Amino acid sequence: MDTIIITIDGKQVTGKRGQTILEVANANDIDIPHLCYHPRLSKTGACRLCLVRIDGKMLKTSCTEFALDGMSVVTEDEPLKNIRKWLLGLLLLEGDHNCLYCDADGDCELQTYVKMYNVERPDEDFPRNPREVDYVTSNAIKRNENRCIVCGRCIRACKEVQVQNVWGFTERGSQTHLIADDDKRIGESSCVKCGACVQLCPTGALTFQPVLGTGLNWDLKKESSICIYCGVGCKIDFYTNKEGLLVKAMGNDDGPNKGHLCIKGRFGFDFVQKPNRLKAPLMKKDGQFVEASWDEALDFVADKLKAIKKQDGPDAIAALSSAKCTNEENYLMQKFMRGVIGTNNVDHCARL
Amino acid sequence: MTNSIREVPQSEGFLVIGSNTTENHPVIGSMIKNEVQNKKKKLVVVDPRRIELAKFADYYFPIRPGTNIAILNGFMHVIIKEGLYDKTFVETRTEGFDELKKTLEKYTPQYVAEICGLDNPDDIAVAARFMASVKPLALYYSMGITQFVSGVNGVKSTANLQMLLGNMGVAGGGVNPLRGQNNVQGACDMGALPASYPAYQPVASEDNKKKFEGLWGVTDLSTKPGFTLVEMMNAAHAGEIKAMYIMGENPVMSDPNQKHVMEALDNLELLVVQDIFLTETAQYAHVVLPACAFLEKEGTVTNTERRVQPMHRVLEPAPLVRDDWWITMQIANRMGAKWEYEEAKDIFAEIRKATPSYAGITYSRIEKELIQWPCPTMEHPGTQLLHRDTFSRGKGLFTAIEYTPPFEETDREYPLVLTTGRILPQFHTGTMSRNSKVLEETAPEGFVEVNPVDASDLDISDGELVSVSTRRGSIRIKAKVVERSKPNIVFIPFHFYESCANRLTVDCLDPACKIPEYKVCACKVEKIVV
Repeated sequence: MDTIIITIDGKQVTGKRGQTILEVANANDIDIPHLCYHPRLSKTGACRLCLVRIDGKMLKTSCTEFALDGMSVVTEDEPLKNIRKWLLGLLLLEGDHNCLYCDADGDCELQTYVKMYNVERPDEDFPRNPREVDYVTSNAIKRNENRCIVCGRCIRACKEVQVQNVWGFTERGSQTHLIADDDKRIGESSCVKCGACVQLCPTGALTFQPVLGTGLNWDLKKESSICIYCGVGCKIDFYTNKEGLLVKAMGNDDGPNKGHLCIKGRFGFDFVQKPNRLKAPLMKKDGQFVEASWDEALDFVADKLKAIKKQDGPDAIAALSSAKCTNEENYLMQKFMRGVIGTNNVDHCARL
Repeated sequence: MTNSIREVPQSEGFLVIGSNTTENHPVIGSMIKNEVQNKKKKLVVVDPRRIELAKFADYYFPIRPGTNIAILNGFMHVIIKEGLYDKTFVETRTEGFDELKKTLEKYTPQYVAEICGLDNPDDIAVAARFMASVKPLALYYSMGITQFVSGVNGVKSTANLQMLLGNMGVAGGGVNPLRGQNNVQGACDMGALPASYPAYQPVASEDNKKKFEGLWGVTDLSTKPGFTLVEMMNAAHAGEIKAMYIMGENPVMSDPNQKHVMEALDNLELLVVQDIFLTETAQYAHVVLPACAFLEKEGTVTNTERRVQPMHRVLEPAPLVRDDWWITMQIANRMGAKWEYEEAKDIFAEIRKATPSYAGITYSRIEKELIQWPCPTMEHPGTQLLHRDTFSRGKGLFTAIEYTPPFEETDREYPLVLTTGRILPQFHTGTMSRNSKVLEETAPEGFVEVNPVDASDLDISDGELVSVSTRRGSIRIKAKVVERSKPNIVFIPFHFYESCANRLTVDCLDPACKIPEYKVCACKVEKIVV
């Protein structure tokens, strides 16, 4: 049978053979702290935060350990809690995690666990290595490796989601750090600005360059819609700030895109709030466009269409509908041309 | 798509032909790359340009533009000759095999390699065997198959191959056209086409006429199919069309032979353009109506896999900007209609009645469920995979197709082949992408991609401003000297009005579906001597 039953914190839960303990726990709404694990990426067991106690003895990383039938798992006890606090303390010690000037403040997995476990930065000296901070070379991505916890999620995002293979690790031990291509700055690398690494970064090490608005993460409003560009139909969560400006776009996991986006889906939306958008109906008078009221413009169009229909017949009128408009709008346009004008001269750019 | 995006991991191999997937449908491109790089799936790529996917491919064929049918016939020739086709599938689910076989006889690898300009004919046979050994194999294509005078035949050839290999009706297989705009599928489904009502019900049918007269409460619907887009422009040019109403399209940039389009629009008694920016086309309008952009709208869109998805209002529109449907309704009502739609949802209720394949879809269902049409009833879960047990016409029909050359051949005056397309950071006519900061900064100008061999012949260097001309016109554009296309083939993206590719393209059409041949015309590239 493919179904297995394991006990997590005294509760019997079911899972499927081949799932890890963390996956079974997640599927049953049981939280196990983790940083390097992400459901869309391969598993490495690097951060050790997801350690659990199996059958009262062994400590194993639950993100890599397969769940076996009859297993008994404890997700947290006093020793495990102390290990987690110690690990989080080491991460704080190693980097510069000052939330005050970090874009990820309020949307940071490290911050969440630090608060949850009430961890302070240990009062010790730690050999700090100089790390790359680059806010200038890319117009899409900001990189501050002082906030990097070396979880490798960006590397796997680039290798497994976008498959661009830009990010990698270089050096060893405490010297380990990120590298773009063969040690290029991010703006000069082969990065295609899909932003998958930023979306999957658990801290503020990789963040987006602001395009339109900025705001505190807890003030942002979220609403989903469908990307306007190609036909894949990516579902996107759009975030707006208190002033109603677009702040960022994140791939939604439920869409056909399974959370992924390309450069256009990620950064191609500030046109909506550009000042040169059309703001009022325009009518051409003496070769120049002048603003008109809706009634004036619509009356003119309707009268003129009526006159042409009367004089030259309905087939002298044609319409282009739009592959950029909704089903409802396309339906209405063809209904208008067929039912009101009386012609089948309606097409759109399907062939272009 | 006959199949679904979520089936990409179920494919054991891929044939990508005429689709620069990683630039034009990047998210699907990444999914395919992931399968190939990280899961050792197989990939065959056919494209005149050495696109990114070619780097991941097991076999890559840099064919001459416009020779898709020849190479597909070549693959099939080998598959039939060596008995590698799916005999059960061909016997039980198809017809027309014998005729296909007869036609394919002459398409030996040798013959095909000559047409396609390939150096090594044996590779065609090797790749054909290889495709026959991988199951299920998914075929992906895009405008690199369709935008030819032989576009319809190209599409039929892809279906021939997949039926021959028995890859139809199975998860992870199929013929998968990638649609280039977010709702081009929906616009077609809704009948924004000159020959069909919603759900592809022909207008040239008395039954359909009666049906829609009843539904809309009107009389005298026309049974005469209308003009397609390029035909409209020709008719406007000839003075036959007097008025045009253009909603959210930019034909001055997107249609072939730009000069002809401009003259046609200039000729109109009335041009109404409804858009979000004052586009190149809007400049020609008598009236410009400001419409909501997608983030200011509610409604539904249908993606390339026939999935109907909800759009939500993320941003409030400016005070005088209106929904496209509202504007159309206002004009209709001023012309005697009595439409009373309060919101997009009311229109969708009517769409469900007019469109059998959408009848089971509701706003509340698509908020929770993944639904792909056909979805005829409220209980129906939607259709992930088409042609599972039977084709719509019963048996799958093989169409024996001969290769035909492109409309415009190169000659002494215009010795190079020009092919056009999109690039990753920009989109279509640039109305949206060129008004987006990151995209525009990433790719701010057009270029003509020239092979180093041609560049050396023409004495031009990378970044140099050159002149590109065809029989229709001439543009100035920067040269990008790269080994992407083979010598004698140049590429220009069509997003940039400053160096508009469609000033050059040819407006000849496929006889059946009237698609223009954007992918091939004859051109010359010249050094600008100051």
